[in-house]
Amino acid sequence: MSGMRGLSVFISDIRNCQNKEAERLRVDKELGNIRTCFKNDKGLTPYKKKKYVWKMLYIHMLGYDVDFGHMEAVSLISAPKYPEKQVGYIVTSCLLNENHDFLRLAINAVRNDIIGRNETYQCLALTLVGNIGGREFAESLAPDVQKLLISSSCRPLVRKKAALCLLRLFRKNPDVVNADGWCVLNTLLFQFIDVPFIFSSSYAYRADRMAQLLDERDLGVLTSSMSLLVSLVSNDYEGYSSCLPKCVKILERLARNQDVPQEYTYYGIPSPWLQVKTMRALQYFPTIEDPSTRRSLFEVLQRILMGTDVVKNVNKNNASHAVLFEALSLVMHLNAEKEMMSQCVALLGKFISVREPNIRYLGLENMTRMLMITDAQDIIKKHQPQIITSLKDPDISIRRRALDLLYGMCDVSNAKGIVEELLQYLSTAEFSMREELSLKAAILAEKFAPDLSWYVDVILQLIDNAGDFVSDDIWFRVVQFVTNNEDLQPYAASKVREYMDKIAIHETMVKVSAYILGEYGHLLARRPGCSARELFGILHEKLPTVSSPTIPLLLSTYAKLLMHAQPPDIELQKQIWNVFKKYESSIDVEIQQRAVEYFELSKKGAALMDVLAEMPKFPERQSSLIKKVEDVEDTADQSAIKLRAQQLPSNALVLADPQPVNGTPPPLKVPSISGIKLDHESASQTQSQPNGDLSKVQSQIPSADLLGEMVDPLAIEAPPVDMGSHQRVYREEDGIPDEVDGTAIVPIGDQANKVEPIGNITERFNALCLKDSGVLYEDPYIQIGVKAEWRGHHGRLVLFLGNKVTSPLTSVQALILPPAHLKLELSLVPDTIPPRAQVQCPLEVMNIRPSRDVAVLDFSYKFGTSMVVSAKLRLPAVLNKFLQPLQLTSEEFFPQWRSLSGPPLKLQEVVRGVRPLSLSEMENLFNSFRVTICPGLDPNPNNLVASTTFYSENTRPMLCLARIETDPADRTQLRLTVASGDSTLTFELKEFIKEQLIAIPMGSRALVPAVPVPAAPLAQPPSPAVDANDPGAMLAGLL
Amino acid sequence: KIERSERERGRKMGIRFILMVNKQGQTRLAQYYEWLTLEERRALEGEIVRKCLARNDQQQCSFVEHRNYKIVYRRYASLFFMVGVDDDENELAILEFIHLLVETMDKHFGNVCELDIMFHLEKAHFMLEEMVMNGCIVETSKANILSPIQLMDKAH
Repeated sequence: MSGMRGLSVFISDIRNCQNKEAERLRVDKELGNIRTCFKNDKGLTPYKKKKYVWKMLYIHMLGYDVDFGHMEAVSLISAPKYPEKQVGYIVTSCLLNENHDFLRLAINAVRNDIIGRNETYQCLALTLVGNIGGREFAESLAPDVQKLLISSSCRPLVRKKAALCLLRLFRKNPDVVNADGWCVLNTLLFQFIDVPFIFSSSYAYRADRMAQLLDERDLGVLTSSMSLLVSLVSNDYEGYSSCLPKCVKILERLARNQDVPQEYTYYGIPSPWLQVKTMRALQYFPTIEDPSTRRSLFEVLQRILMGTDVVKNVNKNNASHAVLFEALSLVMHLNAEKEMMSQCVALLGKFISVREPNIRYLGLENMTRMLMITDAQDIIKKHQPQIITSLKDPDISIRRRALDLLYGMCDVSNAKGIVEELLQYLSTAEFSMREELSLKAAILAEKFAPDLSWYVDVILQLIDNAGDFVSDDIWFRVVQFVTNNEDLQPYAASKVREYMDKIAIHETMVKVSAYILGEYGHLLARRPGCSARELFGILHEKLPTVSSPTIPLLLSTYAKLLMHAQPPDIELQKQIWNVFKKYESSIDVEIQQRAVEYFELSKKGAALMDVLAEMPKFPERQSSLIKKVEDVEDTADQSAIKLRAQQLPSNALVLADPQPVNGTPPPLKVPSISGIKLDHESASQTQSQPNGDLSKVQSQIPSADLLGEMVDPLAIEAPPVDMGSHQRVYREEDGIPDEVDGTAIVPIGDQANKVEPIGNITERFNALCLKDSGVLYEDPYIQIGVKAEWRGHHGRLVLFLGNKVTSPLTSVQALILPPAHLKLELSLVPDTIPPRAQVQCPLEVMNIRPSRDVAVLDFSYKFGTSMVVSAKLRLPAVLNKFLQPLQLTSEEFFPQWRSLSGPPLKLQEVVRGVRPLSLSEMENLFNSFRVTICPGLDPNPNNLVASTTFYSENTRPMLCLARIETDPADRTQLRLTVASGDSTLTFELKEFIKEQLIAIPMGSRALVPAVPVPAAPLAQPPSPAVDANDPGAMLAGLL
Repeated sequence: KIERSERERGRKMGIRFILMVNKQGQTRLAQYYEWLTLEERRALEGEIVRKCLARNDQQQCSFVEHRNYKIVYRRYASLFFMVGVDDDENELAILEFIHLLVETMDKHFGNVCELDIMFHLEKAHFMLEEMVMNGCIVETSKANILSPIQLMDKAH
């Protein structure tokens, strides 16, 4: 190193270190040395600083933490001499990142260099900002950098760096270097630099600016500008179409005219990197519409496709193929004419079989991209043998590409071949690929199975070859198919039986075999080696080799084998009972429980048949594996499984043996399935079959969340379906809350056990609208009380759930159906309310905007084993709860009243059918819903004026005014005027007051007296002199 | 056009790092264009060096997929040049960019070797600085790349 002897010595020392430990010691020594120098010698010369800072960089590169000296590195940036400055810049950008505090300290120094006149300093500063500049840099430097980029007085060496620096700032903060910032460039030239950005949306202008940059002759500037363009259009291509023809021009200049200075040709190829970048930029535009631009481009592309020959020189070959592959990519993107496309496929077909591994790799990679293009698949399929050969390539990179391509090109027509190749490869593949391979094989087998027995074969082979890499959801899926397809059952059973003869089999194979043999082993009874006793023998052999989660599964299988043994096999029974006895005291609760229960059950004879009956069919559903994959690629496949699913849509719901539920619950610990009858509205009868395997299936899937989709079908037995039907009922009733009121309680249990609410639910609700605590709902088992507090647009409502009886209420569920204008948050409601206990559940309410919609509490619980009670209850979080009483004086009232002149802020309506109230009763009513009467403001004694404040998130506190003009001659009608600063609020409040005047005191709508039909259209206005259409003027005139 | 939209979302940055590592796995130069902590760098370098060094030049391609990177690498005598890029970068263009870097060093040092890079780390950095910025290629003309260094040498 020129003149830095100490540094050279240090590097030599490091190089001579015999081992890592010696290196560490040497590094520690040096770090100590540097630290001391920095600490003690405040007046270090820039030269010394430079030397130490390089050492720091060297140590950092070796992988040691250098946690000091950053300040010294940064301080070199402001050194007066170039060599020190340069070190400062380079080391700073290596050691620090954009969030580092010290970097902020350098902003000013950096900016001074950028706006200074020394172009080498400018370059250093721009490079630093381009490499590590963060948001702050973007905010303070963007205008300066843009200015340099377009300045005609700036030399290319500065401008090329400015372009990439701007790219960084744009990525860091698109707002500051807004794409629109381009529009400002022009203005900037005439302004001082500190003038903040003026945002303009003139896309065309900005694009012109970018396009202008592309007219540049200097290839360095052009290369950087092209990167900038790629970044801009990858963010949003719109508005940059004027750059399209420029890009094509550049390509023509390079590829056709070869019009570049010698120093920019690389092995005779005009800057391959700029060619590649330009074609990449073009791929961000969805299409090229201008016919002449398109024609020119295709001419160039054609030239590249046809004119790229394989040459001896590796570098030249690579460079020309770099351009060729980018051209292929662009042709595919532009969806060129068929002829050109087939040319591309032909080229790729050639590439995947050449000797040169790089080209082989890229051929496969690009062929995979080509799969997206319609019609390409058939041509690609012709290359299948070659692609399969690549699956055996000595290079894992190439094998991976081949696997991806095979996976992508697989369909019904070639699935068998491809999947078999994958299986074969699986046994020799390296570990790092096995998981991916087996997943892909499983997905393809399921997606494109020509027949299901083949699918079963594939998955069993998969488990056999690579059991460790077969996730549970893969074998669950097999079980699902076998269960749902009767023809498949004997086949699957015989297949797994064959595998059981193998000496060492994977535990997953034991699981799937045990399950299938337990369910369908009896179908093989007549075959040699397949009697129940023999099946038991061969399965039981595996038991000592399996882990404890598999043992319960085996126990279930034994119980099923025992049940299926026809005629009853006393010897087998003895053996199996011995096993059950052995596990009766197992330390594993699951094993113990099954052993005990199956033992007891198997003594019951006939009852065993019921409980251990065959598993019902699973609902036909999409595999979680495939679903995941299809989110990405949406191929129209015609897999046998999909077709089957379409042909047999109802298969899942039809039960093989729809026995009615018998009254005696089975002695298994599956309480929830026994007595519940589904609501009659639910068409599904899925659960009417009692099934002793419930607990088995559930415990077999301890990691339910991992399996997602797969678990549901296995656990369909009782509670989930039950819940599903609840939800359906609710959904049907959602839209009609009024009906819900009538039959507020929907008993789901036996009709005879219908639970009647105590008291009138509607009356209770109405009462709670006017007060803040009381009972919302009551029946013989539960009482729901409410206590509420309101502050502004917030409210807190506590639900008191009280169990009135001496047994627990279970499966308690409370769901809030919120209207759009309220934000509601109910705290957790416990599943069970203990006997005679009360549970408090706070509910947080926030009012977003005025509305009279009502929140509904969807509440249900279970009493005993069979009684499900559910109710939909309106919650008293109504409009008037968000009012604050407010009494105004006449000086406050009238200016407001006048300023709100007419609709929509002030609305007037004649209300008829009002319950006759005296004025004082009406005053009380208004005050009760927090609209305060302001006495004495209206000179007419028959009229009332009132005021209140409404709170919601949208309106903020909002003053509301109201006037009620009554007709002493007819108390059933009045004229109501409501005003506020928000039209929705005015309307909602008017409607609300109307509702209160008409409905509230009545209790029930049926009791509302027949609406009188007055002949006169309006109540007599008190003062005929005033324009009836302008209540403001009218009232003002009155006063 | 799914692939395109992914590209759009990812805001790719091109070159993510450039490493020079010798046959013994010792790093001779490391330049990152995205911030990684020291631990991350150590782990990453260890992994890819192990992967690349185990490969056979003759039969195997110059690309290795690792995590979300694609490593484009090239070996010159005892020294491996490894460039980490986004997986949709043009691999051959990067491969030849490595060669351009080596040729540029050759031009300056005259038949560059590992020791040149070791003992003139700063010059290697100056060259890289002229060639790559923010993960993008800035300059491909050797004369332009070397002119600042020559200027400095003259000054001495």
